[in-house]
Amino acid sequence: MAEIRFAGYGGQGIIRSGIIAGMAASIYDNKHATMSQSFGPEARGGACSSQLVVSDTKVLYPYITDADVLVAMSQAGYDKFEPELSERKGVLLYDEDLVKPKASRGKIKAYAIPAQRFAEQLGRKIVANVVMLGFFTAVTKIVTYEAMQKALPESVPEKAVELNMKAFERGYQHGLEVTKK
Amino acid sequence: MKADPKGVLTGTHYIDGDVASGYGALAAGCRFIAGYPITPSTEAAEAFARVAPRAGAIFIQMEDELASMAAVVGGAWAGVKTMTITSGPGYSLMQENIGFGASLETPFVLLNIQRGGPSTGVPTKTGQADMMQSRWGSHGDYEVIAISPDSPQEMFDYTVKAFNLAEKYRCPVMIMSDECVGHMTEKVVIPPADQLEVEPRRYYSGPPEGYQPYKPDPDLVPKMAKAGDGLKLYISGLVHDERGYPVAAEEFKTIYVRRLVDKIRLNKNKIIELKEEGVDNADIVVVSYGISSRVAVKGVEMAREKGYKVGTLRLVTVWPFPDERIQELSSKVKAFVVPEINYGQVVYDVARCTHGKANVVLVPHGGAGVHNPKDITDAIEYALKQEKRIEGVVEFKTRLEKLVFEGGMKLKE
Repeated sequence: MAEIRFAGYGGQGIIRSGIIAGMAASIYDNKHATMSQSFGPEARGGACSSQLVVSDTKVLYPYITDADVLVAMSQAGYDKFEPELSERKGVLLYDEDLVKPKASRGKIKAYAIPAQRFAEQLGRKIVANVVMLGFFTAVTKIVTYEAMQKALPESVPEKAVELNMKAFERGYQHGLEVTKK
Repeated sequence: MKADPKGVLTGTHYIDGDVASGYGALAAGCRFIAGYPITPSTEAAEAFARVAPRAGAIFIQMEDELASMAAVVGGAWAGVKTMTITSGPGYSLMQENIGFGASLETPFVLLNIQRGGPSTGVPTKTGQADMMQSRWGSHGDYEVIAISPDSPQEMFDYTVKAFNLAEKYRCPVMIMSDECVGHMTEKVVIPPADQLEVEPRRYYSGPPEGYQPYKPDPDLVPKMAKAGDGLKLYISGLVHDERGYPVAAEEFKTIYVRRLVDKIRLNKNKIIELKEEGVDNADIVVVSYGISSRVAVKGVEMAREKGYKVGTLRLVTVWPFPDERIQELSSKVKAFVVPEINYGQVVYDVARCTHGKANVVLVPHGGAGVHNPKDITDAIEYALKQEKRIEGVVEFKTRLEKLVFEGGMKLKE
């Protein structure tokens, strides 16, 4: 069982990230995955988060109790959800240009990536969430690379598939590098 | 009969509860939705609108909720299965024509993705405070059926079932979901059309001169006719006799209203669906519905870890209410614990059925969030400790309430 929180602001694809990872886990990895979303009345800019519970058996209670992973794409998202990250096993993934983390607690492991900068280098800032998903896949191994490769093209507009696959690969490779160290 | 394959999106999907309900409607044979999209139910309307053309169905965005509900009643009498989709403020606006539909014995389905109220409330966050409105929101005596799914798969399955019940009993069927289930994404498996049972409309097929639109069958439900098909069809919101003609005398009123309520009340054992777990030998039974039942699972699990004997009873059908089952359990258990995202609605029906034989503890929640499962565990513990019978409903004080009202919680957006 793994409990994951994606946090950022509206427009970054935070909820979409939860859907893609959840689809990969439940449809292509044949596990169970429940994604819940939280957002305000504004379409862009407001605080936004999604939580994903991945399990080998049916997910009964669908919410986070002791988070395994926090994916932070904004400072506000990090500040709000860092406290729910498990001190025993927590993994923090954050965009190093957007989030300044506090000193680490307990056994929490932190991994940084300039996801938005990578996305800009690829041509569109909007795929920063997918760079982050690649990073998430490589670092946490909660969802397999193969499953993500299948879920991603189904979840983005057809004309954007290539760019998204590149973005995913960029994040994935960065994840492999930082975990090798 | 089997579902029309044109409306069945057979396969494995990763979709939210709203979308699953929209797909369920098309699969059930719904061919007309009139609505006024509102958060957090909009995705259901969008999903139906997107797939409607493949089955020749129509989604129409009306000028408001009053017109939406009127169109749903009209559409049903024109001969198609109809539905509307709404939340909070929209639901209030629909109430008049819901009663109109009920009085004409119109089969239709209403999906309410409940959000925090009252009034505009919290549009993007959850609530379960429309439960009594679903039963008594319109004026006069009538009965409806209300179902409360707790997962996207159930949103599909029970939307199909809602249509089947609406046809069978010719009454409004409310899917009383909530923002959490509506916006929860999980795997949803839609079976092939030949594995989906759908209830056809009860049409009259005898000689035209013999047709009376409100002459009931033995199960108290009358046969329908399609407007414009040639049968003499007089339908009105005025109290009517079996011919459909307006009548005002008290004996007619008695016959009319008695049947309107009894067709549900006397068939309730066929209608009600409950999901129970660990109820035998339980000291406490947690009664819940919708998202609160998924949250209760965690609270019950923690209570069991402490060695308490706790069972769960989930109201899949909330209305009609399972009076007999609650009565039966009342003499076996010490107390019922009822978490709901309101300040006490369904809990009073639980209390009504206990006849003072078991205590009833409400775990309230003001909305815009779900219960902390620890509160449900603590309420179970509290209920176990009570030695005496307590009159009425006891309200458990949650962590959030203590923090806000007594703990000096710093409030910030």
